[in-house]
Amino acid sequence: MSSRGIVLYLHVHQPFRVRKYSVFDTAVNHDYFNEQDYGTERNNEMVFRKVADKSYRPMNALLQQMLDTHPDFKVSLSISGTLIEQAEAWAPDVLDSFKRLVDTGRVEIVAETYYHSLAFFYSRREFENQVEMHKAKIREVFGVETKVFRNTELAYNNDLAKWADNYGFKGILAEGWDPILGWRSPNFVYKPPETNNISLLLKNYRLSDDLAFRFGNKEWPEYPLTVDKYNDWTNASIADQPLINLFMDYETFGEHQWEDTGIFNFFESFIGKWLEGPENTFYTVSEAVETHKPVDEVSMPNTVTWADTERDLTAWLGNNMQQEALRNLYNMENDILRTGDIDLIADWRKLQTSDHVYYMCTKWFNDGDVHAYFSPYESPYDAFLYYMNAIRDVRFRLHNDHKTGGLNG
Amino acid sequence: MLGWELPPHNSGGLGVACYHMSKALALAGAKIDFVVPYSAEHDIDFMTIHSATKLTPLERYGLGAYDSKTVINKALSAADINNLKDMRGVQKRYVRYVERWVKKHRPDAIHAHDWLTMEAGMRAKELTDAPLIVHVHATEFDRSGTENGNPLVHEIEYQGLMMADRIIAVSNITKSIIMQKYNIPESKIEVVHNAIDVASFNDGYVYDHRTYRYLEALKLEGFTIVTTITRFTIQKGLPQFIRAAARASEKYDKLAFLLAGDGEQRDELIELAADLGISDKVFFTGFVRGKQWRDAYSVSDIFVMSSVSEPFGLTALEAAHHDNALIITRQSGVGEVLNSIFRYDFWDVDVLADQIVGIATSDALKNELKNNVLHEYIKISWRDVADKCLKIYESIKSGVTA
Repeated sequence: MSSRGIVLYLHVHQPFRVRKYSVFDTAVNHDYFNEQDYGTERNNEMVFRKVADKSYRPMNALLQQMLDTHPDFKVSLSISGTLIEQAEAWAPDVLDSFKRLVDTGRVEIVAETYYHSLAFFYSRREFENQVEMHKAKIREVFGVETKVFRNTELAYNNDLAKWADNYGFKGILAEGWDPILGWRSPNFVYKPPETNNISLLLKNYRLSDDLAFRFGNKEWPEYPLTVDKYNDWTNASIADQPLINLFMDYETFGEHQWEDTGIFNFFESFIGKWLEGPENTFYTVSEAVETHKPVDEVSMPNTVTWADTERDLTAWLGNNMQQEALRNLYNMENDILRTGDIDLIADWRKLQTSDHVYYMCTKWFNDGDVHAYFSPYESPYDAFLYYMNAIRDVRFRLHNDHKTGGLNG
Repeated sequence: MLGWELPPHNSGGLGVACYHMSKALALAGAKIDFVVPYSAEHDIDFMTIHSATKLTPLERYGLGAYDSKTVINKALSAADINNLKDMRGVQKRYVRYVERWVKKHRPDAIHAHDWLTMEAGMRAKELTDAPLIVHVHATEFDRSGTENGNPLVHEIEYQGLMMADRIIAVSNITKSIIMQKYNIPESKIEVVHNAIDVASFNDGYVYDHRTYRYLEALKLEGFTIVTTITRFTIQKGLPQFIRAAARASEKYDKLAFLLAGDGEQRDELIELAADLGISDKVFFTGFVRGKQWRDAYSVSDIFVMSSVSEPFGLTALEAAHHDNALIITRQSGVGEVLNSIFRYDFWDVDVLADQIVGIATSDALKNELKNNVLHEYIKISWRDVADKCLKIYESIKSGVTA
């Protein structure tokens, strides 16, 4: 029986981006997510088709091949509800290939909010609704139950862990951030404070980010990253420890790191190389927490995310535009839900996806690191402008169609 | 240094740019002789000012140096040097003055600003073999706002750009005009963005709420003041601005528009506002100077630069300094040095209207724009401009001695 394993967890998500939606559309057109211009990154269908070709199709084929070739290979995926909807609409074959992966029994689906939202920080009721919706969608599409939870952007704190524990999840994912861990290693299972049955898996961000962020970077001193080198690093990191949690965006493969960086070949060779080690294996997230007992308690009273050097929520909630956008959105919650208007509720929820406020982030300007900012909009101000015009239209629909809510602002 | 104006005897941004650039260059150790085409007192001690004619600055204004419509059709050789009511006559006198002067004092470098002084620059280069730097603040394409413009001015610009050892463009927009319209190779052109002298604004100025009292009253009622401060010429794209004002007012009525300045389009703009039914929302101040000028920035919440073609656009930085959110056309060079602004294409009336309404209806957006742009314009200093100029002088000095 193998004693140490890689926990590979990939996050699959696409938002419904708001189109160039002007004040002259507000109260007239309600198609916020339907950018007509096929030449922009705001066109959700265009982006999805592109990423499907570059990433989802080749990577799913490779994952299938790895599962067929290596009986010990396993992987965990979190797939947002908005991504599943897009795949259903524009690339059903991609969804089928995900289903085949899950059917092997060695691919676990991780729970999250259906709309990839920050609802936990605004409304516990809405948050639970979205976790339920996601569970139901995964059950419907893949026929499996989720058991381990991850929150949007890996935004985690002790309260979230307590909630997940009460809810019945047996595991939860978070960032393995040095200021929290101190001398401790992320390569163990931990326990959140004041919880009973839940275990905490912490991302090994160095080894994860070597692939997710640095792999194709020619300025990186370690470039090019060879399989042997990375295999040495992982073996050195794990030494006498049980796990390495490699958590990253699925789109690392083919989209963030393009095929010509050699990322697919690297992945294929590395899986084989790692499994050559007699003690080495892979775990799904559930297996990881079932196989290994928590060695210590890790407390995160403040919210920690997997983003930026700050590992906080400032990329999403750092400025007043972002806060105003979400405040306006969540203020409508009661009125929206009371309408029972399925389309209106769905639109309101699509506007909760965290990507929207990320596009409004201005902190890159202060850092002088404008290129770190990835957005389909010309500026954060444009992102905010179109979003607020959409919010006003939602408010208009409440008022006009359901005679409820005010039209202020 | 060959220029056409210096403050306070300036009609536009050219004089302001020349003043601050010269001052920063002098501080960095350059000895500058600056030639102007008129005689007047300047409160300037960091360089020597030479007057090429006995004209008063006001008489020189009458020549319409910036107005493409003024008839300029004579080659310099055909101009009457004694006719100082004629632009070409004054330019001929200016060239004569420069010729005489450089025969006695050979400069290390000749730095000529815009077409007005390019002929003098070329002549000085011919006589002294000193390197010629042509500094382009605006081309005839910018001034005319069209593809046409004055053919003689185009010709002078073309010659000046060809003869120059180096060309300084105030933005990438201007650089590409020089490359595309005048066929000048890219390697000859250096982009040096203008800056803003923040210190010159710290002169004890205090905003006077009484200057635009009616607008202040509107602000108390929750109105947002949208301003532009400019010459009312075709280059500035003001009819589109008025149209956007009308479009924005359809969606949000607590908007007032302040147009500070004057120019040949004034009557047309007043008429257009009336035709669109927004006369009560549009305020024309006429030409503003000094306090009225600064108070116009201060009363304003949103500053719009609507130019069809703006090589740089210093007023945008001045507006930012006076706490405005900025909306700038993509056709304006100043946008190249700022991130925290809205951009639009000068013809896109609906986009401008959307941005105005968006800012007016969200304090968060307005404050983010205002606060963030403050960190950006302050990074651009005339000291950097001077350093770049000095590097250019150095680079061609060595080239010429060979």
